[in-house]
Amino acid sequence: MSTATSVAAGTVTASLRRQRLDVAGWVFSVILLVCLLFSLALLIVLVSDQLIRGLPVFAERGTTVLTSPLSSSPARAGLVQGLIGSALLAVIVALTAFPVGILTAVYLEEYASGGRLSRFIDVNIRNLSGVPSVVYGLLGLAVFVALMSNVGNSNGANIITGGLTLAVLILPLVIITSAEAIRAVPNAIREAGFGIGASRWQVVRKLVLPAATPGVLTGTVLALSRALGETAPLILIGAVLGSFSQGRSIQDLFLGSYTALPVIVFDWARKPQEEFRALTSAAIIVLLLVTVIANAFAIILRNRYERRW
Amino acid sequence: MTTATAPDVSKTGEAPAIHIDIASSSDGSSPTKPPVITLDDVSFYYGEFRAVKNISIDVPTHRITALIGPSGCGKSTLLRTINRMNDLIPGTRVEGRVRYHEEDIYGPSVDAVEVRRRIGMVFQKANPFPKSIYDNVAFGPRLNGFKGNMDELVENSLRRAAIWDEVKDKLKQSGLSLSGGQQQRLCIARAIATQPEVILMDEPCSALDPRATLQIEELMMQLKQNYTIVIVTHNMQQAARASDRTVFMNMADDRAGFVVEQDETVTIFTNPTNQMTEDYVSGRFG
Repeated sequence: MSTATSVAAGTVTASLRRQRLDVAGWVFSVILLVCLLFSLALLIVLVSDQLIRGLPVFAERGTTVLTSPLSSSPARAGLVQGLIGSALLAVIVALTAFPVGILTAVYLEEYASGGRLSRFIDVNIRNLSGVPSVVYGLLGLAVFVALMSNVGNSNGANIITGGLTLAVLILPLVIITSAEAIRAVPNAIREAGFGIGASRWQVVRKLVLPAATPGVLTGTVLALSRALGETAPLILIGAVLGSFSQGRSIQDLFLGSYTALPVIVFDWARKPQEEFRALTSAAIIVLLLVTVIANAFAIILRNRYERRW
Repeated sequence: MTTATAPDVSKTGEAPAIHIDIASSSDGSSPTKPPVITLDDVSFYYGEFRAVKNISIDVPTHRITALIGPSGCGKSTLLRTINRMNDLIPGTRVEGRVRYHEEDIYGPSVDAVEVRRRIGMVFQKANPFPKSIYDNVAFGPRLNGFKGNMDELVENSLRRAAIWDEVKDKLKQSGLSLSGGQQQRLCIARAIATQPEVILMDEPCSALDPRATLQIEELMMQLKQNYTIVIVTHNMQQAARASDRTVFMNMADDRAGFVVEQDETVTIFTNPTNQMTEDYVSGRFG
């Protein structure tokens, strides 16, 4: 009896202590780590390179880089028109793409029957999100700029057409992320609502949308920061490369010439003068900061409204 | 023997007193009232698949009707045809008549939302809204534009659901902070608050421990004084303990559910007519 248990115990101990070398598992985790380090290293190199080049500009000129207008002289050139332009673009995009995109998502998730047509629409929205942004620029040129060509004195190349083009550009992204957030709301909540006699509208308005808000906000703000970084479509539809004088009136702001931060980066990077290299990096730092702030805003919103179920 | 214990249970809700004989004790008052819901040759289809077929049952007023049967025999599907919850699933279809106070609830001019207000529902998994306890209960009345004293209505509903004492000091807390059994009683309070006439319960105790289960069963015994209850249950003991009438369903060869036998609960459990019923209630299959 006692020998039997001790033998068994010995076998168990032996098998427990046998350390097998799991080569495949080890190799796999090394590969994972290398990939992670590679992407991290790229990011670090990119950002630190820009910081090293750009920060001296801020050290030398302080905030005048932010408050000066564009200029062909590197010593005086600043970003103020780009900041104003990007801010206004963000507002226009938020006011148009968010409601249209979120409501489209609500329709697709809560109202569409899930039949062949809605699946077809769903697939195509996903495809649209992969269309190159230049193509959206062409669309903006053909539709928005043409429509506004008689308004104001800018041939339709103004911040409104720019904003609308960017709005169309991120619309698929807004729809997809909002639809996913809405889909993530547990069906039990909808059933509970219907079960006590709520109409579909009441269920959507009072139960589904509040529960989906954190996800919707995160997705839409991230889409917005994508829009803020777009250059190609804006250049195509007439954002100004080079300097221009911006009027102070509301009409000038919305119907006059405009530019945006990424457009300035593109413009300055092509300038022949060596001094613009550092300025380009400074502009990139500002653009990155704006994007980081937008993303941080998204995270704060999400945490604030986060609910568990 | 039973008349003495029955009222006690409904007032104090003492757990051990509940037995089959108590459930049958309410016979005296009921048979005179017409059934509140009548199913007449009802079949239900998911697309081409017929989930239940040729169901004809009466749901007697102010009594508890239990639907029992093996998994997949269509009990829940049948329950959900009674308040048109299945309308929400695309590609489904009902044949036959579901009458509520003689009105065909699938009739062309009937509003499904109104049907669900009058025929409330409690689900298998407790599903409080991610809102406060108070707002959970007030949600339905607010939808209906309730003008009276909301605090009073909330309190009464919570009292009727036998959960008031546990939550009266934390009405502002999230409904999700409660335990499973409390959440389910909160859902019952929420269903009661819209003042339905019938409450459908879809395996309300399947996720609860025995103690919480017993609390819900006691609660049902109290509720039946004011409401008509239809409950789907996997648990035969529960049907035996807590229902007045039992409908036994089974699956046919074409996988469609049908009613094998329906009768007073005592009869089903002690003296069933059909061999299938006898095998099922004695635990020989299912």
